[in-house]
Amino acid sequence: MLSTSNLQYSYDGKTSLRFPDFRCETGEHWLLLGQSGCGKTTLLHLLGGLLTPGQGSVMVGETSINTLTTSQLDKFRGKKIGIIFQTPHFVRSLRVGENLELAQQLAGVPVDRQHISALLGRLGLGHKINSKTDALSQGERQRAAIARALVNKPEVILADEPTSALDDKNTGEVIRLLEETATEVNATLLVVTHDGRLKEKFAKRILL
Amino acid sequence: MFQLSWKNLVNKPLNMALSLILFALGVGLISLLLNLNHQIEERFNKNLAGVDLVLGAKGSPLQMILCAMYHVDNPTGNIPLEKSKAFLNPKHPLIKQAVPLSLGDSYRGYRIVGTTYDILQLYGASLAEGQLWANAMEVTVGAGVAEALHLHIGDTFKSSHGLVEGIEEHEHDFKVVGILKPAGSVIDQLILTPSESIWESHAHATEDGGGQATEGDSSTVGGDSAALASEGHDDHDHDGHDHEHKKVAPTVYDSLTISQLAEQQRMELMANTDKDITAILVKFRSRTNIQALNMGRNINENTDLMAASPPIEIARLQTNLGLGADALKALAWVIVVVSGLSIFISLFSSLRDRRYELALMRVMGGSPGTLFRLIITEGLLLAAMGYVLGIVLSHLGMAILAGFMQNTYRYSFSGLQFLPEEIWLLGGALAVGFVAALIPALQARRTDISETLSNG
Repeated sequence: MLSTSNLQYSYDGKTSLRFPDFRCETGEHWLLLGQSGCGKTTLLHLLGGLLTPGQGSVMVGETSINTLTTSQLDKFRGKKIGIIFQTPHFVRSLRVGENLELAQQLAGVPVDRQHISALLGRLGLGHKINSKTDALSQGERQRAAIARALVNKPEVILADEPTSALDDKNTGEVIRLLEETATEVNATLLVVTHDGRLKEKFAKRILL
Repeated sequence: MFQLSWKNLVNKPLNMALSLILFALGVGLISLLLNLNHQIEERFNKNLAGVDLVLGAKGSPLQMILCAMYHVDNPTGNIPLEKSKAFLNPKHPLIKQAVPLSLGDSYRGYRIVGTTYDILQLYGASLAEGQLWANAMEVTVGAGVAEALHLHIGDTFKSSHGLVEGIEEHEHDFKVVGILKPAGSVIDQLILTPSESIWESHAHATEDGGGQATEGDSSTVGGDSAALASEGHDDHDHDGHDHEHKKVAPTVYDSLTISQLAEQQRMELMANTDKDITAILVKFRSRTNIQALNMGRNINENTDLMAASPPIEIARLQTNLGLGADALKALAWVIVVVSGLSIFISLFSSLRDRRYELALMRVMGGSPGTLFRLIITEGLLLAAMGYVLGIVLSHLGMAILAGFMQNTYRYSFSGLQFLPEEIWLLGGALAVGFVAALIPALQARRTDISETLSNG
């Protein structure tokens, strides 16, 4: 469950962004559509607890994340929220599998190598577990990023323009996998995009 | 966390190598200086052997001490026994032990010392095999000499002038009669013989080569030529005498016998009033006796002899050497600071490349403290590795230097000796690593995740 109420954010105290209240139930998949510059990424960061709202609150499950301290919030995010970014980045000194292990360690979850290799296999990256992240193709990188977001079986998955750098074929593939794996862990999925290609794939939409 | 730090470092091998080498150089230099200083000091102090005063010909007191105590310099000259015999007298009220030394010859760089059994007691040396020197041209060699030159009992060799190998050789053969046990002091590097051997070999040298002995031979100055003139007169007489009464080496080596024999040898030496020796090492009966304390000054003011106190001269030498060592040490610390700076720069620049990674680690559940610790660990890891590399380098250097010093100074140094100061050095190294990593770590801690990720 993911919900917002009266969410506002202002950069340098002047221009204030107001966001509509919404509520996504557990296991639902939502698309958040909006033009560039309308605060999509800001909203996603607010939802993921990467930014602190000027007003209003974000609820993830039963927790109002804005009441947590910084390090509580970091741990909470690591365990309960999986975030996928527009351009996938990794810790470059680590291999694909190690990046996933790090995600478990940092979230305070015991490292489960079997789960990691199963997850990578599910995303078609089983053979890349020991590859350098720099050696992956764009599509592979985005799938690896999905694996990382999912590795701790989060309650909420937030994806910020996950397909903007991908061609049609990869876009279809990534969205399919994202939806499938989100369903498998019964997570609430919210995809933020301006990518028209995704419109018909999601029934539930929020317009910004 | 430790693994991640390590992998981050290895991921940039060139940066790491640069910081590491600089750091290792600094640490290595400091450690090398510490070790060198320590071992030289240790050698010097060990070889002081409780000698209170060295008597010799007038000249540089430091040269005399380096020559008579450490056997690394030439003598200042010779002293006639006529003028110095009083100090050899076992009944001297102030002197507990006096070791006469006749120097001037060497064999392949190892000094031949004409002396009495007193020297054994002074340096705590004892016989390993064979016997002690008793007659002219018989030698008992120190353990270090025997090992380095592969000398065995019954071997013979010819001596040469001065301390440098192979300048000119004397005609007479020395014969090895005994080998000493290792004593860990300068006596290991000496070839011991009666003073008569030195007189004899020089007498023959001058007979053959005329003025040869006086020229370039710092030990057998003037007095020696005079001595051999008198020897030449009753040479025949003497020889016959010697053959009849060939002295027998002691068979019992307890300290009482040795000191009795040593006293006897000194008495015999004192009888040769027409001969010279080079120096006398003196130990006082009491170091608090006012007369004993004033003895050195009295000798310097009232006689042709010179007296010098080894501890004072060595302390002076060490102060002078220490000055140079301090300057080098300061330089080494500068290198360490520069290497700290290099760690700082490489961490700081890597931070810019890794901004996104760090923000990502926050997204994955890492706290600001996690990032801080990560960067600090990288700094400490570099410092620790630099330290280990530096210590290895310094001890390797020390081992190489040891070989070199052994050849030039006949002193043995070790690359395997470790000092407690090196633990302190580790502390210092880690502190430098920590300080160098501090600012980058604080920077990492303050990473604004949202902004970094938006711009990524």
